[in-house]
Amino acid sequence: MRQFKDNLLNGLLWLSAFLSVAVLVMIVGFIFYKGFGLISFDFIFGDYSPTGGGGILPMIVTTIYTIAISLIIATPIGILAAVYLQEYAKQGRLVKVIRFATESLTGIPSIIYGLFGAVFFVTTLKLGMSIIAASLTLTIIVLPVIIRTTEEALKTVPAAYREGSLALGNTKLQTLYKVILPSAMPGILSGIILSIGRIVGESAAIFLTAGTVAAMPESIFSSARTLTVHSYLVTQEAGDIELAAAIGIVLIVLILAINLSATFISKKLNKATNK
Amino acid sequence: MTTSVMEHTNTTTKQNETGKGISEMEQRKDGASKINVKDLNLFYGEKQALYGVSLDIHEKQVTALIGPSGCGKSTFLRSLNRMNDLIDGVKITGDILIDQENIYNSNDVIKLRTKVGMVFQKPNLFPMSIYDNVAYGPRGQGIKNKKELDKIVEESLRGAAIWDEVKDRLKTSALGLSGGQQQRVCIARAIAMKPDVILMDEPTSALDPISTLKVEELITNMKKDYTIVIVTHNMQQAARISDKTAFFLNGEIVEYDNTDEIFSTPQDQRTEDYVTGRFG
Repeated sequence: MRQFKDNLLNGLLWLSAFLSVAVLVMIVGFIFYKGFGLISFDFIFGDYSPTGGGGILPMIVTTIYTIAISLIIATPIGILAAVYLQEYAKQGRLVKVIRFATESLTGIPSIIYGLFGAVFFVTTLKLGMSIIAASLTLTIIVLPVIIRTTEEALKTVPAAYREGSLALGNTKLQTLYKVILPSAMPGILSGIILSIGRIVGESAAIFLTAGTVAAMPESIFSSARTLTVHSYLVTQEAGDIELAAAIGIVLIVLILAINLSATFISKKLNKATNK
Repeated sequence: MTTSVMEHTNTTTKQNETGKGISEMEQRKDGASKINVKDLNLFYGEKQALYGVSLDIHEKQVTALIGPSGCGKSTFLRSLNRMNDLIDGVKITGDILIDQENIYNSNDVIKLRTKVGMVFQKPNLFPMSIYDNVAYGPRGQGIKNKKELDKIVEESLRGAAIWDEVKDRLKTSALGLSGGQQQRVCIARAIAMKPDVILMDEPTSALDPISTLKVEELITNMKKDYTIVIVTHNMQQAARISDKTAFFLNGEIVEYDNTDEIFSTPQDQRTEDYVTGRFG
C-alpha cells in the first residue's frame, strides 16, 4: 500500500511536470506552425506596408529601445534601493512599509501604470506619446521586480562573508562592492531577466504612452509601436492570426537571445569572482 | 586606581577618560599584558550576556576561553574586535584596553580590526581565488603593488603552514580546498593583516581530527609572534595548546589561571565539575 502511494505520487509529479512543459511546447508549436511561413528577409527588413504586414524592423527597434531605456534607469535605482533596505536601513516599521509597498506594486495591473503614465509623463511632463514616456512608465513597472529580486539575492549572501570582510578591517562600503554584490550578482541578473520579460510582454501600458505609430522612430521622443502592441493591433484590427504569430516568433527569438546573453554574462561574472 | 566607565551603544561612542593607571597593574611573570578587560558588562537589548568580566590577557601567549554553550565566551571574544557592533541593540559598559588604549573610545573600528584579526568557527573564505582571499585585507588597506602583495600572500600562507599545499593553485577558487585547508587559509588571511592579536572562535569545531591537529600545531607555533585568544568547546584542546584558561559560566568568569592549574588543581568546585566532564 505504501509502495502504491509512493508510485501514485511519483506519477502525479511526473504528470504535472509533463503538462506544464506540454502546454509550453503546444503554444510555441502553434505560433511557429501558424507564422513560420511568413518569416522572410522582407518580413523583417522590407518596407512597412499596413496591408501586407511586412517590414517590422521599426517595431523591433522600438522594442529594444524600451528595454534599454527602462533597464538603464530601473537597474541602478532598483539595486541601490534594495541595498539600502537590506544592508543599511534600520529594520523597523518604515522598512516594512516600503517592502509591503514594493510587493503590492508588483501585483498592480499594468493598465493602471499605463493610465498614470499617460497622465503624468505624456501630459503633465509634456513628453507626448513617445518611447521615452513608455520607457519611464515601464521603469516604474519593473522597479519593484528588481528591488524584490535584488533583496532576495542579498539575503542569500552568507552573513559569514560580511563578518569575514569586516573582521579584515574593511569598511562596509568595501565589503558591499567587493564581496556582497558579486555574490548576489546571479540573483540580481535573474531579476533583470524577469524585468525584460515584463517589458517585452507589456502592451496596455505602452499602448497608452507610446502610441501606435508604425514607423521607424526618429528619436526616443517619437511615438512608436513595439512588437507586442503591433501583434495586438494586427490581430485586433486586421484579424490576421498568421501575421500575429509571425511577430510572436520574432518576439520569442528576441527574448531568447537576450536571456541567453544575460545568462552568459552572469556565468562570465561568476567565473571572474570564483577564479 | 582610577576607574573609567564608558558606555557604548552601537554607533555612538562617548569620549571618556582613558584607563590611566591600569599600566601600574601587577605585571605577571608571563610578561606584559596585551589586553586588559575591566568590569565588562554586555547587554543584548534587555538581556544581559556578560556580568562584570575582568581579565588580563598576556602578550604572545595562547589564552583559552572555555565553558558550556551560551556562557558568553564567544560574546566576550567578539567584543575584543567590536564585532558585536554589528548586532542591533548591543550595549556595553566597562573598559577593554588593548596596549593601554580603550578600544571603545576610538571610532576607528577599522584600525582596531587591522590590529586584532579574527578566525571564525566555520571557514568563511570568499568565493574568490586563494590569492585574492589572502590579499583581501591588505588590498582593503590600499596596498596595490603586485610584488608587495605577492610577498604578503606567500609569507602569510607560509605562516599558516599551508604554502606547500596551495602554492601551485593560488589562482584557483579557495572553495575547492578541504575544510581544514580552508581554515588554515582563513588563518593566513588574518595573518596577512600583520595583526598583534588573533581571535579564534572555535576554529576547529568544523574540522576532522587530523585537520584539527594541524591547526593546533599551527596555533602553538604562532604564539611566538601573536597574542592568541581562542574559544573552544574542547577541553583537551584548551589543555593541549593554551597557557592560560578562563572558565566562563552564565556570563561570568568563574576562574582564570594558568592552564595547568585550571586542569589539575581548580580552585572552584564548578570549574572542577566542568573540566572533569560532570556537566557542560
